[in-house]
Amino acid sequence: MRTKPGLLQTQAFRIVLVYVLLFALSVSALLFFTYWNTRRTLDAQTDQIIEAEITGLGEQYQHLGLQGLAETVRSRSLHLGQTLYLLTDGLKRPIAGNLDSWPQISEAGGFVEFDYERQVDGKMETRRARGRIVALAGDFVLLVAQDVHDRYLTERMFTTTLPWTVALILVLGLLGGGLMSRNMLRRLDAINRTSGEIIAGDLTRRVPLAGSGDEFDALAENLNRMLDRIERLMKGLREVTDSVAHDLRTPLNRLRNRLEESVARLNASGTQAGEIERAIAETDQLIATFNALLLIAETDAGTTRAAMTPLDLGEVAADVAELYEPLAEERKIGLALVPSTGVATLGNRSLIAQALANLVDNAIKYTPPGGKVRIRAAAGDNGVELSVADSGPGIPPADRARVVERFVRLEASRNSPGTGLGLSLVAAVAHFHNARLTLEDNDPTGLKAVLRFPKAALRTPLKAAAE
Amino acid sequence: MRILVVEDDLEAQRYLVQGLKESGHVVDEAADGETGLSLALSRPYDVAIVDRMLPKLDGLKVVAEMREHANSTPVLFLSALSEVDDRVKGLKAGGDDYLTKPYAFVELLARIDALMRRRTPAGIRTRLDVGDLELDLLTRGAKRSGTDIELQPREFRLLEYLMRHAGQVVTRTMLLESVWEYHFDPQTNVIDVHISRLRAKIDKGFEAPLLHTVRGAGYMIRAH
Repeated sequence: MRTKPGLLQTQAFRIVLVYVLLFALSVSALLFFTYWNTRRTLDAQTDQIIEAEITGLGEQYQHLGLQGLAETVRSRSLHLGQTLYLLTDGLKRPIAGNLDSWPQISEAGGFVEFDYERQVDGKMETRRARGRIVALAGDFVLLVAQDVHDRYLTERMFTTTLPWTVALILVLGLLGGGLMSRNMLRRLDAINRTSGEIIAGDLTRRVPLAGSGDEFDALAENLNRMLDRIERLMKGLREVTDSVAHDLRTPLNRLRNRLEESVARLNASGTQAGEIERAIAETDQLIATFNALLLIAETDAGTTRAAMTPLDLGEVAADVAELYEPLAEERKIGLALVPSTGVATLGNRSLIAQALANLVDNAIKYTPPGGKVRIRAAAGDNGVELSVADSGPGIPPADRARVVERFVRLEASRNSPGTGLGLSLVAAVAHFHNARLTLEDNDPTGLKAVLRFPKAALRTPLKAAAE
Repeated sequence: MRILVVEDDLEAQRYLVQGLKESGHVVDEAADGETGLSLALSRPYDVAIVDRMLPKLDGLKVVAEMREHANSTPVLFLSALSEVDDRVKGLKAGGDDYLTKPYAFVELLARIDALMRRRTPAGIRTRLDVGDLELDLLTRGAKRSGTDIELQPREFRLLEYLMRHAGQVVTRTMLLESVWEYHFDPQTNVIDVHISRLRAKIDKGFEAPLLHTVRGAGYMIRAH
């Protein structure tokens, strides 16, 4: 089975992630704009009041001079309101106003913001103010400001809460998204699992419906309807194969029975029954060909109910090598098995063993004495493979595609025994397993037949195969 | 031995019954599933040969019913259906062996002999003897006339199977199925080569051979 993707790798979660990030970004932008706009409006109001004050005081200054200005400032400073005044000389020494000292002002010119000390409810408090500095003749300076501490506090509150708000949106969004995608994944997983079980050969499985009538249910219903149809077709095909098998085997059985009876009768009466015994051998050849054809047809169409189980190709290779080793030795051919472990795939042991046996059989048949045949099971990047390499004459590249077809036998092998179906069966078994059969040049001479099983063959849940 | 034959193809049934009678068995026959089942349940048989496809009651159901009624008569299924997984179905339904039509009569005979033998196990055996050949199932060692014989694991299994069926014909297909667990016929007869290897180990240098080839059938191990 392909490793189940973690939540983070799923498409559903990625969509949620992008959505949540976009949402958080929009919310931040909106909040920031509101904040910025509100502040601008408030500042404009404050600035207006300050401008009005300065205009008023400016008139006093023009009419009454510095002394008059100082008087006015003093009288306006008598009670500590929202407006702050400070008139100083060139050395920033206070002359009049309700600020005790020149505050720390970083920038000069235009409107400035600064902190100042003030007594509130008997306690000294640092507060924020916004004001404007007006330079007078003789280095005297007038500062007119408005207390904006409330606005300042609101602003501070805003800037400290904003990151938390965004964080909260992200957390809640991801949490909700995670839950949502997990729910979605569960539904998808059910569909995946069912498809896996069906690929593994159990056509009776159906995708479970949640009963909510949503688009997943609609998808499941459509899939199930499709499966019903495939199952019906497969069943029809199977019935045809079964009927063909039955209707051909029954008369073949009678034929063979009668021939055997005749042999027994002739033997009993002391007559030689050689002709009939040869007829039995021919019948057996006919039966073998028919059985092979039937198996190829069934395997190729995938209508066999052959069960797929997890298996180790290394073991399959070792078993087949063990079966053929004495035969190879008898023919003076070195049969080598490249040892391997953990070459796992999902398949039908009997079919794969039969396919491998056919390949080894061919290799031994066509390799001259003194030659070598090598069986190997290996795991690669794109899946696992079984290969049989020999040092025989090989097959010319032009004929390679043809030899896999049914009944095709090359001129060179016409006289050796065989049905001409061996490689076709291997190809059918490959097809059944989504594997590929390729015939390649072996180094330095000979043929190398490779069965490549895709990684996807392992995607089917092992649970289904074990059932 | 009493054998029940349930087969609807009358021609095939006649042939089976005749062949079995000639081999010295007592045979009852039925041409449909219902008759077959009632016979199987009413009389004791040593083996039942049941066709997979039967009128009235399918062969699988006949055997399943027999097993429901605690009837443990060994059953050999005969089937003309395509093979790949029908074997599994047959064995799941309670069958003990499975043979695809058309079959050689010797193959059938060898298999029912093996089934009847299986029915009367002589307790749990730890040693098998044929003549002066001994096989110790615990130490997995073989001796002939007191001389140790080196055997590969598969050779041991092959010899064990042959010795468990000593005096009976064992076919190549039976050996492939039980010793190698393969249910297909390899194109070349690889079993013969395994047998001649085994023969070289157990019979070479001894006067009386134990492992015999039965022409047109298979092999047999016996003492004389």
